[in-house]
Amino acid sequence: MKHIYTFILTVLSVALYAQQTPAQPQSEAIALEGATIHVGDGSIIENGLIIFENGIITHVGEVSAKIARPQNVVQVDGKHIYPGFIVPTKTLGLVEINAVRASDDTDEIGEMIPHVRSLIAYNAESQVVESLRQNGILLGQITPEGGRISGTSSIVQFDAWNWEDAAVQIDDAIHLTWPSAFRNGRWWAGESRGIQANDNYSNQVIEVIAFLQQAKTYLAGSRSPVNLPYQATAGLFDQSQRLFVYADGEREIRDAVTKLKELGIAHIVLVGGYQAENVSDFLLQHQIPILVQNGHEIPELEDDAYDYVYGLAARLHQKGHLVAIQNASKSNFQVRNLPFYAGHSAQYGIDKEDALQLITLNTAKILGIADRYGSLEAGKSATLFVSEGDALDMRGNQLTQAFIDGRGISLETHQTKLWKRYSEKYAKQN
Amino acid sequence: MKKAFVLAALFFSWAAFSQEYFPVSEGVKSVNSNYHALTGATIQVDPDTQYTNATLLIQNGKVVAVGKNVKLPANTVIEDATGLYIYPSFIDAFSTFGVNKPKSLSSNGRSPQYEPTREGFYWNDHIRPEVQAVDHFSYSERDAKQLRDAGIGVVNTHHADGIARGTGLTVLLDDEGSLAQRILDTQSSSFYSFQKSVQSRQSYPSSLMGAMALLRQVNHDLKWYQSGASETRDRALEALIAQQRLPQFFEAGGNGNVVRALKIANQFGLNMAVVGGGDEYEYTRELQALGGTVIIPVNYPDAYDVSDPYLAEYISIRDMRHWQNAPANASILEQNKISFAFTSHGLKSPKDLIKNVSKAIERGLSERTALSALTTVPASLLGKQATLGALKPNMQANFVVSSAPIFDKDASLYEHWVGGHKHILENRNTPDLRGSYELIHSGVTYGLEFGGKLTKPTLKATHEEDKLNTKVSYSEGQLQFSLSNDNGTLLRFSGVLDGEVLSGKLLDNSGESRELTLTRVAAYTASEKKESTSSTPEFYVKYPNVGHGYEALPEAQELLFKNATVWTGEEILENTDVHIRDQKIYRIGQNLESKKAQIIDATGKHLTAGIIDEHTHIGALAVNESGHNSTAEVRMADVVDPKDLDLYRNLAGGVTSAQLLHGSANPIGGQSALLRLKWGETADNLLFEGADGFIKFALGENVKQSNWQSFNRFPQTRMGVEQMIVDYFTRAKEYQQLKASKQPYRHDEELETLVEILESKRFITSHSYVQSEINMLMKVAEQFDFRINTFTHILEGYKVADKMAAHGVGGSTFSDWWAYKYEVKDAIPYNAAIMTNAGVTVAINSDDAEMSRRLNQEAAKTMKYGGMTELEAWKTVTLNPAKLLHIEDQVGSIAVGKDADVVLWSGHPMSVYSKAEKTLIQGAVYFDITKDKALRDAIAQERMHLTKLMLDVKASGGATISPVQTKKERFTCDTL
Repeated sequence: MKHIYTFILTVLSVALYAQQTPAQPQSEAIALEGATIHVGDGSIIENGLIIFENGIITHVGEVSAKIARPQNVVQVDGKHIYPGFIVPTKTLGLVEINAVRASDDTDEIGEMIPHVRSLIAYNAESQVVESLRQNGILLGQITPEGGRISGTSSIVQFDAWNWEDAAVQIDDAIHLTWPSAFRNGRWWAGESRGIQANDNYSNQVIEVIAFLQQAKTYLAGSRSPVNLPYQATAGLFDQSQRLFVYADGEREIRDAVTKLKELGIAHIVLVGGYQAENVSDFLLQHQIPILVQNGHEIPELEDDAYDYVYGLAARLHQKGHLVAIQNASKSNFQVRNLPFYAGHSAQYGIDKEDALQLITLNTAKILGIADRYGSLEAGKSATLFVSEGDALDMRGNQLTQAFIDGRGISLETHQTKLWKRYSEKYAKQN
Repeated sequence: MKKAFVLAALFFSWAAFSQEYFPVSEGVKSVNSNYHALTGATIQVDPDTQYTNATLLIQNGKVVAVGKNVKLPANTVIEDATGLYIYPSFIDAFSTFGVNKPKSLSSNGRSPQYEPTREGFYWNDHIRPEVQAVDHFSYSERDAKQLRDAGIGVVNTHHADGIARGTGLTVLLDDEGSLAQRILDTQSSSFYSFQKSVQSRQSYPSSLMGAMALLRQVNHDLKWYQSGASETRDRALEALIAQQRLPQFFEAGGNGNVVRALKIANQFGLNMAVVGGGDEYEYTRELQALGGTVIIPVNYPDAYDVSDPYLAEYISIRDMRHWQNAPANASILEQNKISFAFTSHGLKSPKDLIKNVSKAIERGLSERTALSALTTVPASLLGKQATLGALKPNMQANFVVSSAPIFDKDASLYEHWVGGHKHILENRNTPDLRGSYELIHSGVTYGLEFGGKLTKPTLKATHEEDKLNTKVSYSEGQLQFSLSNDNGTLLRFSGVLDGEVLSGKLLDNSGESRELTLTRVAAYTASEKKESTSSTPEFYVKYPNVGHGYEALPEAQELLFKNATVWTGEEILENTDVHIRDQKIYRIGQNLESKKAQIIDATGKHLTAGIIDEHTHIGALAVNESGHNSTAEVRMADVVDPKDLDLYRNLAGGVTSAQLLHGSANPIGGQSALLRLKWGETADNLLFEGADGFIKFALGENVKQSNWQSFNRFPQTRMGVEQMIVDYFTRAKEYQQLKASKQPYRHDEELETLVEILESKRFITSHSYVQSEINMLMKVAEQFDFRINTFTHILEGYKVADKMAAHGVGGSTFSDWWAYKYEVKDAIPYNAAIMTNAGVTVAINSDDAEMSRRLNQEAAKTMKYGGMTELEAWKTVTLNPAKLLHIEDQVGSIAVGKDADVVLWSGHPMSVYSKAEKTLIQGAVYFDITKDKALRDAIAQERMHLTKLMLDVKASGGATISPVQTKKERFTCDTL
């Protein structure tokens, strides 16, 4: 046991030459040769070759290709290359330690606050964010929480000095928690804990629609005096911004899509979708992509199949929906399990490359950054990593190198440093 | 004759209630010692004895004689009751009649209160045996009438507040007379429950298991106090001592609480009648074993209104099934020979009592047992079987007079005699006008047909082929009715019955009136009882009784797994067979054969030992007793919930055993329960037989209450945590010495538990995070000469792994959790690997109902983080937790002679792509992926079936309630 351990330490100290200091821009072209390339679009290239320069992929193909290699060719035989994984709808960098209120910037007061922007509060030096890179998660959508319209998210990459450097897509989307037709029992007031009808549902829906209708009307006029919340929704109506709608129930999903489309909002993303299968045809017809709850949740109802959530993303994918995985309901540290949610989905009738799309290309498409990220294709950003084995499996997910926009980033973290420090302490004792 | 009779009855009832030794200032002292007889009736003397055409003779509120040949003294008022039925009044042994529940103290968000508010009583405010309900009693004629109308003549009422509630009183529901006659017994019985008093905010007990522990401690204290050992006075204990010989009633409720209450009663030899929740049919296995009598409510749930399919989805099969099963409760108890009484408690109105007992009879309950449960059984429970519950000489003259056998649908209760006083419910001497009449007005003929109950006739009217709308009222011989159609009122009639003729005045819609007589053209014949077209609903339970329950309990099988990749725990064997017999691993080898065993082709699959979760909170009805900073006396085994679906979901993840831990609300928590996840078994049968006892301790932020608003409980710092634990062990040591010295001592459930720890008979699993506190607890244990068994969470274990190895403590940790609170900021996923390298026995646990069902994946993370080998990684969820729980001789690996707790995986057990296909415990298959598919179909079928039944109820105008999901609270350590 001990010698394996020493071996790993050695690998680590060689591979992790860099500190967590953000990497310099890519200075020379790099070729990675001999690995299995998981493109991210469902395809795979055995014994592959990938070349990138100035942060952009210039070539993806097989090693056998007769193409000029740059000076820096890294042999990665037997390893696996993946596009950087992307996590949507998270408060990463907005909160460091959940229980420490002072470290929490996730939820501003107010019910309809689209003007509140996550980007400017994003902590580029978060230790939680740092810990994700080690598992291949290199991009994320930083999203405020709470209220009805929680605010506006931005997409960042995870190796930056500050939020300006980090930004990949500024103010990409507004996040709306659709009212629920059902509510939890107010157990503290003597009701049962369970779910019952929310008598206030239609009023709550009217409030949402009225707000957006008012905003739209405001935007059509002189926009004076300035109304910050209304102003902030402009992107929804000129189609430059997406609307992420959080809804799980069949009724809520139908209501949300119908009413928001009526308002002229073109890009709607459904987040949640616990019962999306029941409205599958409707969602396909309206081409609504779905960010499905990660698999690691207990079914909501006692009589649901034990693996209802485990297989949800896979089943929707099989029905032809554009699906990606989110874990908005979980603590931020859990984002490092994103690849394993995807891997787990592959137990349910989809193959591993399809499962990979659930956290790469599909996510990029849903976030509107697929022209730059999400798959390994020439012309896209060289945001990728090399793993010893299958990165969707706990046993294979061992990163040796990772690149964001072609920059070779550090894989060391607060945690690896402690590991090293205490391992050395005990090694010296023996 | 009739008038004379009414006068006599009035005189009789007026004269009886002066008390013999009271002076009389408003007239002469007159005593009425006349007899009163009801003749010609069918008399149910007791559930076993019925006389027809018999006489009941009473005097001074008591039965004098009953039978066919009763000699009537000359001074007897005789009432003809020919054709009527007489039954003993019902007795409700569990009532709150006339005693208001005190108002709740408003909670104003202050810090919890730990101290009692009373002086000179027990240390816990929720023990209130000194309360005497009679002091709070006021007789309510309104409520008494409601109960009497329902057939209840005597109630045993109490002050329903607190865990020990004090004494109740037995009350005769006789509006005549005074309290002197009505109160049969001022201190008839004593009452208990699991519910705290609303009159005190004292925190302890905050949980069901705390209430149970408190009840045990009170009973120990009682004996100690009785021995005269106490130097102070405790009026609560004194009251309890005085009540020891009284009948005892325990309001337990549903969900297995009857079993919990009876177990405590049996432990202390208390003869308690336990009030259930109407779901006792699920607990017949336990109730048969425990004996005793249960008191069951008949407040059956209404059907759910399932017309909104979205909302209907939230109703669980278990709730829908209970709706169908509830009316069969009594019948199932009878079949299983479990003694029970009925109570009207919980009914919206007592008037539903007979109706609902009749429903129980429709579902198979015998009328004999129904009557006993309403009369003789509650009378015996009150120790008053000599005077109440039957109509034998010298017993109380409490009886109802009914038009028909009392459980018949058409029966009317005419009179309820209580204490010999007649209370008229309906005037049975009302002239019977029922029958057919013809009404001719302006050349038009109307057919009238009066039917229904004699005292409340109904009217059907026709004109040619058309049915008309009617309104009818009939009281004191005065009849009024009106006929109408869609155009409005046609005719109104007002008159009286005069022999065979209705004589009165008719008004038509023009306002014209005339005198009219209507002659009865045909007598009334009761319509034939319609054979009920709907068949009796089927009663069934599953094991456990939820949607995913099995038809029958899984049984151990003889199985031969062929060609599996077998993970024995020490090595991985390809193409290997495992033979399971008599609940054990019988053989491991290649090319094994067996004629008897069922062969399972496991080619390409992996067979491993079942997963053991060292730290779970599934399968529990409570998690924390947060009322004290030490609660070593509480037991998780008291609150096991065998119906928690998370047990099944964990089986589907390959988990076979799990340690149910108390939460982390206090430094010294409660006693753990080790479970085998035997889906379908009773709570007690889930307990891992013969396993060592464990207890949960906790350190850090939770016990010092850092993350919520509470500032008044010691300890608030890690410094205080040490002192608190040292203090308790110091006291335990003194207690141990006192016991050893054979001097009298007060049995203390909490210190008994701590002494077990000192004597290494019980072992500590301590919730812990940072290195300082980990180190501290080891030093405290060493100071008291014992060892900590396991640190759970132990996220900074890697910082003191060498010290842990030296102390000999194991670590049961998360694979990768961190950053959720300040004390886990240095938690690292390499923890398991570092501790393992340092020689610590390491388990990966869940503390989470979701994570526990994929602990195989969590184990795999120890390979990713820290590079543990496959075999070492797999041990973190099998053999290592078995070692930490001292059960490694039985489970945790696949070896000949060990329990056949195994899992068949579709592939490598730690692959993200593998799933459990079969999970066995002691050779019985508790999860099977193909059976699971069948369960899904069965659930869908059952839902459709029950939904249809409920829709039928709504369509036929039955009562329904809006759907509400029954949601179980899901626990982690931190749940308060």
